[in-house]
Amino acid sequence: MRLEILNRGYGPGTKMLFALIRVFSGHPPPDAAKLVFYRPAFYGAQAKNFTHEAMRGPSAWSVADRELMAAYVSKVNQSAFCIGAHTATATQAYQDGAKVQAVLADLESAPIEDGLRATLRMLGKLTREGKVSAADMREVLSAGISRQQVEDALAVCAAFNTTDRLADAFGFELLSPEDFEAGAKFLLKRGYR
Amino acid sequence: MRDENKMRAAHRALVDRVLNGEGRSSPEQRARAFSNSGIGPPLDVLIGKIAATPAQVTDADFAAAQAAGFSEDQLFELVICAAVGQSDRLYEAGLAALDEATVNGEADNAT
Repeated sequence: MRLEILNRGYGPGTKMLFALIRVFSGHPPPDAAKLVFYRPAFYGAQAKNFTHEAMRGPSAWSVADRELMAAYVSKVNQSAFCIGAHTATATQAYQDGAKVQAVLADLESAPIEDGLRATLRMLGKLTREGKVSAADMREVLSAGISRQQVEDALAVCAAFNTTDRLADAFGFELLSPEDFEAGAKFLLKRGYR
Repeated sequence: MRDENKMRAAHRALVDRVLNGEGRSSPEQRARAFSNSGIGPPLDVLIGKIAATPAQVTDADFAAAQAAGFSEDQLFELVICAAVGQSDRLYEAGLAALDEATVNGEADNAT
């Protein structure tokens, strides 16, 4: 990572935790995990709480749908680490890699429900252009998506617009496909807390 | 009015913490990074990229900020503020558009 404190600036307790992770998983913790352990009172604690609520809290969206939104927003931001992590997680959650790849390759032709497609289209526009109109929102609502679902999707979008930026700014190291798979399994089992 | 929910409260707590919590950079510096405005060179390049084109951040952007006297801990905080700030603007813009799209529907429901 670009800041040396994020590689080495941890206290003895956290260093011991990282060592345990290495022993049990066979790999050092990914940079996404290290970031939230650095001075957690400044960012990590509140960020984990918000992200977990958005991704695993009660919602009419499935966990798989929300992981797909995370992957899609990351794709729009061209955030390589987060695309890899959430493509793997959405793939495991849906048990359908072809569907996830199709959405990331071409949203308009992907084999998904129109409501999810309209929601992803709106999140993409918001992320890319920084704004959306009431007409954009009416399109999502008229595709059968509830107001609460739109709010829930906006929270996922906010969480990943932050995480994507931090991954790219701090320079998270990409993982091997096997390690992205292992990370996805962890995120589906334990969430973001 | 929209009911408060746990998610929005959690996001507000994150925003409040990075802007006003204890840190090594001043609340004024953090507020400028958060809003991506009023930042002098060379830090303006790094913060501007985080807001607009985060995939284009380079080692040189960090090196320039450190050469100008910012410590690693200060940059840790200001980078986070820039990222959370952009996300907060997107979140608010989305919620405002949603409010605008549903205000009539809600008024109809209420009558």
